[in-house]
Amino acid sequence: MFLLPGILLIFLFFLAPVVITAVMGFTNMDYRFQWNFVGFGNFFRMSDDFLVPKILVNTLVYTFGTLAIFNVTFGLILALLTTSISERVGLFFRALWLLPRFTPPVVYAAIWLWILSPTRNGLLNGLRVAMGLNPIAWISEYPWGVIIVTNGIIGASMGMLIFASAIKAIPRDYLWAARVDGASWFQEVRHIVLPLIRWPLMFITAYQTLSLLTSYEYILLITQGGPFHASEVWSLYAYNKAFSAYAGTYEFGYAAALATVLVLIGTVASIAYWKMFRFREMMAPPRIEVS
Amino acid sequence: MAQRKFTPGSLERERRKQRILRVSMYLFLIAASLPIVIGYLWLFVGAFTGNLVYGLVPQSFTVENWSFLWDPPSPAWPDIWRTFFNTFFLAAGVTLIMVVVSTSAAYVVSRMYFPGRSMILASTLILHAFPAITLLIALYYILRTLGLLDSLWGVILVRAGLMVPFGIWVMKGFFDDIPWDIEMSALIDGATRFQTFWKVMLPLVKPGIAAIAVFAFMAGWAEYIFLVTFVRDPNSWTLSSYINAIIGNYRFTNYGLLAAVSLFYMFPVLLFFLLTQKLLMKVTVGGIKGGR
Repeated sequence: MFLLPGILLIFLFFLAPVVITAVMGFTNMDYRFQWNFVGFGNFFRMSDDFLVPKILVNTLVYTFGTLAIFNVTFGLILALLTTSISERVGLFFRALWLLPRFTPPVVYAAIWLWILSPTRNGLLNGLRVAMGLNPIAWISEYPWGVIIVTNGIIGASMGMLIFASAIKAIPRDYLWAARVDGASWFQEVRHIVLPLIRWPLMFITAYQTLSLLTSYEYILLITQGGPFHASEVWSLYAYNKAFSAYAGTYEFGYAAALATVLVLIGTVASIAYWKMFRFREMMAPPRIEVS
Repeated sequence: MAQRKFTPGSLERERRKQRILRVSMYLFLIAASLPIVIGYLWLFVGAFTGNLVYGLVPQSFTVENWSFLWDPPSPAWPDIWRTFFNTFFLAAGVTLIMVVVSTSAAYVVSRMYFPGRSMILASTLILHAFPAITLLIALYYILRTLGLLDSLWGVILVRAGLMVPFGIWVMKGFFDDIPWDIEMSALIDGATRFQTFWKVMLPLVKPGIAAIAVFAFMAGWAEYIFLVTFVRDPNSWTLSSYINAIIGNYRFTNYGLLAAVSLFYMFPVLLFFLLTQKLLMKVTVGGIKGGR
């Protein structure tokens, strides 16, 4: 009786959509919502779609670019620095970096639209004008850079939080011992901290890959995938196929097939990470019980 | 480590090195955080000025940007207060459903044995692998079938449904931490199972409830993608749809209006954030918010 609402909600808005998406991928459903099964038609169409290779490259560059630069590396730098300085100041900086994550996406996008504005009223172009240079249309000139930076600033906070709590969990004795031996800060990080937070590092890499593969909210708001599909990633392409106001086609069947492929790509990536990072070892019971 | 000779003054040098390192750490953090600080500062400055000279320098003070409070910028747009109320309704609805549903389900999963228990637990984890965003198309179909398109209730149910697995896991952890003895003694004293849950267990998991409630409220308040996809009717707009319309109509022109409405939207978030950021940071480590 207590469980019923929970099960009902999960079933209706989580389990059922998974099944419906998979089945819908085999129909050519459009705005009339009819289940006309077309076999693997949508998947053949995908292999002929001249945009798909471009979208795929965009997706890979965006996912691994953001991951490598921000979600892992920059998150790690933030975690290392904010745990090395005074506790209160470190906490302040971590809270500051967490703020974008809790900002409504439209407001976050509005801030970036102002910073990157092609007119001289935006921040970057305003500074250029002040230096006597001509304004630049940042978003259409550097679409990849824009989506990587804007998503990366939000993405870094996740790694920052997890790494910071992992670093704080390292027994202080190790660090003091190293310091007594005359280790510099960099040596401490390199030889003590990094080996000890290996698992969180791998976890964030794997988890954030999946997150980035499927995130398109901010791209939709800031570049809209443009100019000319230059910053359109796989998930956004699926969204546009289904709901784009411009195309007006509402190709739900094709879009569902695209979404299914994305889930498959995500699954393959998780299995690869599972093997590569030997996560099974992490799940294994410790050899020596310490309690 | 290389052997070091301690000569007079080497301690001094070491201290200076430490200080330089520390200062450069602060400098790096400040420089890296500058875009965030400037961006949020703009919300305040931009909302009360006309266009800024050289991007940053305000010219004059004005409250003209705030005229949306009594006069919609476009006749087709709804009254801002109605929009504000819708946003609150959405956030409160998500919070209420998510808290009630996941707390009761978590209690059962944590405390009772029944066939299929482990299956339920496993399925909530597996479902987590399916990002909500790829399910958007199917969700659209379901809401349409249920006749909930263009209604805030549809968005509330979808958002709550997607957050419930997360809520169950967090709350299960809190219930698991309460010793059996406490519950036992209540049962032995003659309380029914429901009374134990209501009078003994619930007060003990209050921190957990507070945590998931804050999360649900923030998620509901900030909701964007489901809203603009499922709700087109201006009467059901929230502040997200409102700002989305401003971006759509005045993409690169009316920055004052954009900043003012954004600040209006952000205000509760900022307040909430300042009050609860410690709580949030604790939970984020365990749970994960939607997208990234």
